[in-house]
Order: sequence, then C-alpha cells, then structure tokens
Amino acid sequence: MTKAVFKKGWWVPWSFLALPLAVYLIWVYIPIIQSFGYAFTKRDSLLYKTVYIGFDNFARMFQDKQFFVALKNNLVWLLYFVLVPIPLGLFIAMLFNNSFKGNRIYKTLFYLPMTLSFAIIGTIWMWIYNPDAGFLNMILRSTGLSDLARPWLGDSRFMTGALVAVGVWRQVPYIMILYLAGLQSVPVELVEAALIDGASWWQRFTRVILPVLAPATIVSITISIIDSLRAFDIIYVMTNTKARAAEVLASYMYTSSFQYQDYGYGSAIAVIQFLITLSFILVYINRTLKAEQESGL
Amino acid sequence: MFNEKSKRRVLKAGFYLLSTALVAFWLIPLVLAFFTSVKSMDEIMGTGAMWAFPKSWRFDNYAKVWSSIGMGRYVLNTIFITVPSVLGTLVLSSLAAFALAFYGFKLNRMILVMFIAGMLIPFQMLMIPVFRFTDSIGLMNTRIGVILFHIAFQLGFCTFFLRNFFRQVPFSLVEAPRIDGASDFRIYWQIIMPLAKPSLAALAVLEFTWIWNDLLWSLVLLQSDRLKPVTLGLANMQGEFISYYNMTASGSIIAMILPLVFFLAFQRYFVSGMTVGAVKG
Repeated sequence: MTKAVFKKGWWVPWSFLALPLAVYLIWVYIPIIQSFGYAFTKRDSLLYKTVYIGFDNFARMFQDKQFFVALKNNLVWLLYFVLVPIPLGLFIAMLFNNSFKGNRIYKTLFYLPMTLSFAIIGTIWMWIYNPDAGFLNMILRSTGLSDLARPWLGDSRFMTGALVAVGVWRQVPYIMILYLAGLQSVPVELVEAALIDGASWWQRFTRVILPVLAPATIVSITISIIDSLRAFDIIYVMTNTKARAAEVLASYMYTSSFQYQDYGYGSAIAVIQFLITLSFILVYINRTLKAEQESGL
Repeated sequence: MFNEKSKRRVLKAGFYLLSTALVAFWLIPLVLAFFTSVKSMDEIMGTGAMWAFPKSWRFDNYAKVWSSIGMGRYVLNTIFITVPSVLGTLVLSSLAAFALAFYGFKLNRMILVMFIAGMLIPFQMLMIPVFRFTDSIGLMNTRIGVILFHIAFQLGFCTFFLRNFFRQVPFSLVEAPRIDGASDFRIYWQIIMPLAKPSLAALAVLEFTWIWNDLLWSLVLLQSDRLKPVTLGLANMQGEFISYYNMTASGSIIAMILPLVFFLAFQRYFVSGMTVGAVKG
C-alpha cells in the first residue's frame, strides 16, 4: 500500500473517484440499505400506503413452509456446488495441465459452457430432460435402465437435482480454470511425475500438490458457495418459477415481490439471503487482501 | 517392468483418450442443440430418436427464427444494451482504479473493499430498490435504465480488476511526467490508459459476455417486448414455441454465436481475466 503516493491536494484522488463512486453508491449500496428498510414494512392495501411492521415479515418467514422449501433447496445447491465441481474441476485441471500437444484445444472446448447464458443453457437442457423424447431418458431406456427414466422436471423429488446438475455442468469448467491458474505454481514435470510413479502418486498429490493449491481451493469453494446462493436464471428459465418445489431463496424472493407484489416480504427474504452470503463474501475479501499482501503489491 | 519412455507413452495415450472422452461427454448438450436446430419438425417427430444425426440440413430454420420469430430484433436489442454498458463501465472503473492504485489516502482500502464486496452480493438485494429508483427517475422500460444499472453494478469487478493491473505499472512511468509538470488527468489518459490497453481489452471481452448473458435485470427493468434482449426473447420463445424444438434450438444457437466467437477470438484474455478476480457475473 505504501508504494505509490502522489502528494498534491487531498482532493485529487477524489476527483477521479467522485463519479464512479457516486454511481456505485446510488445503484448498489443505497439499494442494499433500502432493502433492509423494506424488510420491516408491508404494503397496506386498504390504506394505500406502506406501513412499518417491525419484525413481522421475519416472524412470518419462520412459519412459512415455502420459505423452508427454498432454504432447503439452496442448501442442496450449495452442497452439490462444493462437492462436485471442486474435486472434478481439480481432476480435470490436473489432466489438462501437461506438456502434451493439443491440450489447449481441450481446455478451450471444455470451457465453452462458461461463456453461455443460462437462458441458452436452460433451453438446451429442457430437451435433455424431456420425459418422452429427451436425451437422458432415451439413453436410460436404450441401455436397459428404463426404470430410472422419469419426468425429471415434472417430479418434485427430482426437480432440484435436475436443475443443480445444469448449474454444475457450467460450474465445473470455471473451477477448472481457477485450478489451472493455481497449478501454474507447480512445475508440470512434478504433476506428470506424480502420475507416472503409481506407488507414490497419492502421497505426492496430498503432500505436494494439494498444499500448493490450497489458496485456489479456498477461492473455488467460496466462489462456488456464493454462486450457489445466487442461483436464479436456471430456475427461471427451466421452471418459469412456477414449480414451487424447486424454488430457492432467490426465486422465492422474486415471486413474492413481483408476482404477489409483496415487496416487504420479498425484501425480508433477500435480507436473509444476503446475510447467509455475507459471511462467505467476508472470507473471500479476507483471502484476496491477504494474497495481495503476500505478493507484495 | 516399464521403462520411463514407455511409461510416458502410456501416459500420453491415456491423456488423449481420457481428455477426448471427457470433452465429448461434456459438450453433448451443445452438439445435440446444433443437430436439432438444423432438422425439420417432421424429422424430429418422425424418427424415434429426436437427437439423431440430421438426415437433411435445414439451415433455413435459422433464417426463419431470425426474421419471422424476431430473433434478429432481440439480438440487436442485446447489442444496443451491451455495447454502451461495456464502454461506460470501462471508463468509470478506470477512473476509480486510477485513484485507488496510485494515491495513498485514508479511505483507499475501505473503498476497494466496498467495490469488491458489492460485486458478490445477491442480486435480489438490489432488485426492488433498483426497480423503484429506475421507475422514479422515469427510466423504467427504457434501455438507458438497464444500461445505467449494468454500468454501476459491473464497476465492482472492473475497478478491482483494473486496479490490480495498474499497481503493476512501474511507478517511475507515472512519476517522471509528473515531475515534468503533467496534470494527473493527463497521466491517467495519456500514459496509464494506453499502457492498460491489453487489460482493458481483456475486461471488455469478459464484460461483453456477462452483460450479453444477463437475464434478470432486463426481466425486472424492461417490460415491452420491443426492447427485450435475446436472453429474454429465448425464454419467451419457450412459451410460444415450446414444441417447435428446431426453432428454439436455432434460437439458442443464434443467441450464443456472438459471445462464442468473442471467446474463441480472445480466449487468452478471457481466461486470464476470469482468474484475476476469480469472480463471474
């Protein structure tokens, strides 16, 4: 932090900051504060005005079954977002991190899903899950597993799992990229040697490679958790937020606010979602600033 | 049993085999979407396997989706939203990043943390207030309303990203012209910005993709179908053309083509950008 200091008027940096900071405050920070405020209000339809109701929205939440459905689904999202993309992304990064020709093409191709919007991804996966003509059921039937074929998006028991799978499909390439960056600090030969020496492979992996990758792992886990808590687009596109059994906090907030016009309750849900996310945001920031100090920037 | 050389050969074969299988498996959904997009409805419904390799290639599906279903309009709308948003956010964030990278002042660290934290919060926290604010300043259902929000929200990541880059600039490059009497703004505009061209390009590519892919904010801030971007257009198409798989498939392909071309052309930038902040929108 001590590196670059222009000494002139105190106002010089602020003249650069004024506009961007003002824009950021108006569209990001003031809204955050406002949402906290709205969470304690309710629109009174008889009086045509918004009234303060204290913690009533939060109290109502604890008796709202649908809120707990959303919370539970978010937990499922979170678990799968940590348990699948982290090890799989690491494995694929190790696989692609080598000196063989053509590995760049593999990386590029594998990364493609990351560049697509959930609107597109959702549309495509809708046909994969199609109960009659969908690819998944077709494969299951043709391999003699007809018993497993089911209406993936039509059965409340499997809906969330089916949606999470789509999210995971897009998340794995992202985690791979993060690990590939982390692997830059491990010599390629070391990783390859670890693969060749079958016997000591596991030892080298756990004692040499994993410790080096620890920062990448922390960032990957934190980011995956934050992403899982933000999940909305997939659910909107694939269920049109009409499947209540698949709802998560983000989509429940959306339906409460914009379909039922219950802004107060919607804001209260957003506040809970925010508070859950906040702890992970703090981990991320702490990690980032620490890494920066270590690198001496 | 094996010498080093043959071990390596086995490893190499293993790598190609496993990698090819993996990539092929992962991209199945995209390949299937492409196959579906060039089939006629008769072919899709006629054969039991909706997903089989196309017998005849009906590229006119694309023309149909583009003009009669109106995908062209949606694509244009997205461009009209995305391009100004990217430019705006680059200009504003580079100003903020310049201040945070080169000046030591009391609130420097706190403002940096504010920008970083802001980019990670759940969007739902902003939805109602931004909706109301946009409405109150008369920008509801206008492109400007969405553009301003994108510019503002993306400032978090962009400022963080550019500040990190600016801090790697040798300080002498900034100090020397100062001694010669250059103003701070000139240093920003004529020295730092030209130097930052590669990272500005990287950032532009990332931001282009993210804003292009946005669904939520257009959903909240735009009501009229005339203004809707391609992501919403696609979601709407699902309602109207749900059983016309070939139409929705070619619609998806059209919607993905530009970000895809961008990614393939500027891949290196893209990947380095993703890992700098390790955050995506």
